[in-house]
Amino acid sequence: MSFQIKSPGEAYDVIIVGSGAGGGMASKILSEAGFSVAVVEAGGDFDPAKEEDRTQLRFPWESPRRGASTQNRPFGDFDAAIGGWDIDGEPYTKNDGTEFDWFRSRMVGGRTNHWGRISLRFGPNDFKRKNIDGLGDNWPIGYEDLKPYYDRVDKLIGVFGSKEGIYNEPDGFFLPPPKPRLHELFIKKGADKVNIPVMPSRLSILTKPINNERGACFFCNQCNRACQAYADFSAGTCLVKPAMKKGKVDLYTHAMVRKVTTNDKGMATGVSYISKVDMKEYKLKSRVVVLGASACESARIMLNSKSKVHPDGLSNGSGMIGRYLHDSTGSDRMGFIPDLVDRQKYNEDGVGGMHVYTPWWLDNSKLDFARGYHIEYWGGMSMPSYGFGFGMDTIRKHIKDEFGNPGPAGGYGAGLKKDIRRYFGSMVGMSGRGESIPRYENYCEIDNNTVDKYGIPVLKFNYTWSDQEIKQAKHMQDTFEEVLTNAGAVLFGEKAGPDSKYGLHAPGRIIHEVGTTRMGDDPKTSVVNSNCQAHECKNLFVVDGGPFVSQADKNPTWTILALAWRTSDYIVSELKKKNI
Amino acid sequence: MNRRENLKLLFTGSLASGLFMTGCGPEAPKEIAHAPTIGEGTKWGRTPEEMMRNAELKAEVFFREDEMKKLNYLVDVIIPKDDVSGSATEAGVPDFIEFIVKDMPYYQTPMRGGLMWLDTQAEDRFGKPFMEASEDQRIEIIDDIAYPDKAKPEMSRGVSFFNTLRDLTSTGFFTSPEGFKDLDYKGNRPNVWDGVPDEVMAKHGFKLEEKYIPLYMNPDTRSTLAQWDDEGNLIG
Ligand SMILES: Cc1cc2nc3c(=O)[nH]c(=O)nc-3n(C[C@H](O)[C@H](O)[C@H](O)COP(=O)(O)OP(=O)(O)OC[C@H]3O[C@@H](n4cnc5c(N)ncnc54)[C@H](O)[C@@H]3O)c2cc1C
Ligand code: SF4
Repeated sequence: MSFQIKSPGEAYDVIIVGSGAGGGMASKILSEAGFSVAVVEAGGDFDPAKEEDRTQLRFPWESPRRGASTQNRPFGDFDAAIGGWDIDGEPYTKNDGTEFDWFRSRMVGGRTNHWGRISLRFGPNDFKRKNIDGLGDNWPIGYEDLKPYYDRVDKLIGVFGSKEGIYNEPDGFFLPPPKPRLHELFIKKGADKVNIPVMPSRLSILTKPINNERGACFFCNQCNRACQAYADFSAGTCLVKPAMKKGKVDLYTHAMVRKVTTNDKGMATGVSYISKVDMKEYKLKSRVVVLGASACESARIMLNSKSKVHPDGLSNGSGMIGRYLHDSTGSDRMGFIPDLVDRQKYNEDGVGGMHVYTPWWLDNSKLDFARGYHIEYWGGMSMPSYGFGFGMDTIRKHIKDEFGNPGPAGGYGAGLKKDIRRYFGSMVGMSGRGESIPRYENYCEIDNNTVDKYGIPVLKFNYTWSDQEIKQAKHMQDTFEEVLTNAGAVLFGEKAGPDSKYGLHAPGRIIHEVGTTRMGDDPKTSVVNSNCQAHECKNLFVVDGGPFVSQADKNPTWTILALAWRTSDYIVSELKKKNI
Repeated sequence: MNRRENLKLLFTGSLASGLFMTGCGPEAPKEIAHAPTIGEGTKWGRTPEEMMRNAELKAEVFFREDEMKKLNYLVDVIIPKDDVSGSATEAGVPDFIEFIVKDMPYYQTPMRGGLMWLDTQAEDRFGKPFMEASEDQRIEIIDDIAYPDKAKPEMSRGVSFFNTLRDLTSTGFFTSPEGFKDLDYKGNRPNVWDGVPDEVMAKHGFKLEEKYIPLYMNPDTRSTLAQWDDEGNLIG
């Protein structure tokens, strides 16, 4: 429930829009510095430690659809994150011939309630890609600027991993990694044969406690359901809630920010939001506004914050807001390992994600595409849910009986039942997640013809993949085939070819979209400066993925967190100096 | 129940000892007073819209009585009782299918049409509806549609119906308590992951990489607070 603590007119030091990774971090750092903070969140409150919010440790039959996905839980009925690609009453549009699927979570903690917890630092090269291949732009900052913040994030939030000394995969302050699962050892065997590295993954899951407020992982493999022991990172449990406990933080939930309000000098004065409870508009005032509503939503709020001083949207004199939108690439393959048929049963859940992964390992100057990808692995004896046992019409012929004879395709009866039983746990899959080239032509803008149910103009997307990404996806497919075949796996389905862009997912599907309010030293080609401060509005900051100049071959969130911390430090010092 | 109490339940008896979770070895999870009570009573994180939708779907009826009878027969042909576990009907598969076709309406016409198609086949072949045909006669029709690689082209409608029914029956069965018993599924409970059991490693000829052995999560030290030196080496 939203509750109004400040009387109208009384101002907060800082208003933070959104309680996800970026907004959560800002709420913690700014409140610890002694400032009064309002966190304004479009979704409801959520706390996985509350019994009524718990989906963890539930069996599939506790869901009438056996854990199948629904419109507002695309990753399954037990998934913690509420929202998805298609939210009732909150549409978005696309230009013809272009694609973009926009994933949103509406709740305290935002998308960090589901996220895969893969927590990779960007490396030195990732900030200076233009220097390497001439494409896109360099970041105005480098690894050395963010390193101290990555270190702090590691210690505050916790991440397991192994020190490897790989230049562009910087090591951190790691907790102990879990031992590999059996199918991961098969993958490692296959990858070894073709010289592809497979090493312990890096996930923000506590294999050891890091403080007295959060428990340690008890290996249920369900981080996406949110952890009642707070042993995985989500912004609500690890940042916003602790900040509220210690500092002057008011949390406004069900509050959909429409715009940042400004004065006649064009400075931010606060926000206007629609309460979802009574559908009325409210205003809050502050000295500083911090946007952490997610890359596209923050761009939307800025574009919708038009005024006399900012006729094209707040701090959009350059016309750059929404431009350079980019997501990671993604393509997948799966198969099954006949050696794993009839396997011994034991609890193989492990942590809520892969125990091993493959960082980008090649030199792009020797390849026909510019940027790399990492590989995520899955499979084994994870808990069956809706979909398990499907496809026996094609799979069963690969399951051989004790005499080595293949089963029939399809079928029924005791033989079918036995084969599914024997087959359980023998699946493996892999997903490439890669870097795309940020381009001016890929953007989101305000759709002048459409509003959402709160009356707020919605986003219209315009996004196409280029040859770079398509060639990269082709390379992924070749790699997957090599690794799986060498791991002794039987590949499922046809190899994705040119007609499907080699299985390349539509933009937005990998949910690493960034770049819409990119940072730069030149106000003509960027929206915020290297401190994530809007070029044309000094008391407005962006702490989500918007300021990314390029999204590396790694997942973005660890960098969002480090950057948000750095930005918050800057806000603290500017506030103290009375510069804003 | 507040978070602290909840954590206390999860990792019994540690808060008072100064260091959170001290002495909480591999046995600790056994003491978890955590018996999920699910079903109508709890919210399990559902939004009001979700609760409403689930209740609405449950209140609707899709399959007619005669269809349900056919479905009961067919799911047990697909997943019969054997010496490991019970049959599909014993596992409640027809109720699951009833729910899922309402939840995912694209199943409705193929399922209804497929059940009807069995009757038309039985009429054409034996002059009576499917359920009135003899067991041998029914199996004759099923055999014509159950093996996609061998089925005659004119059977393709029946084949795709039976593929769908096989999918839903299998998934319904293996995601039920009976199915978990059948699979001997051991997960979904607190535990301490310490790698693949030795005998399984040996069976497949795997060894852990030497260099990682000292780094891996160690059940004996997993309860102590993490500490690092300045180089990021874990020292506690
Ligand atoms: C399935 C999935 C898997 C993922 N896996 C990984 C992974 O392994 N590693 C990784 O690094 N990243 C991963 N991500 C991405 C990660 O979740 C995001 O990068 C991260 O959450 C972004 O943080 P954010 O603060 O920018 O936005 P969000 O987490 O999206 O939070 C934004 C918040 O702002 C609120 N909000 C939005 N609009 C408004 C408004 N107008 N007014 C008020 N509030 C508003 C939202 O409700 C939300 O709570 C994954 C994401 C998903 C969905
Ligand atoms: S795997 Fe570990 S951290 Fe993740 S939800 Fe389960 S217990 Fe919590």
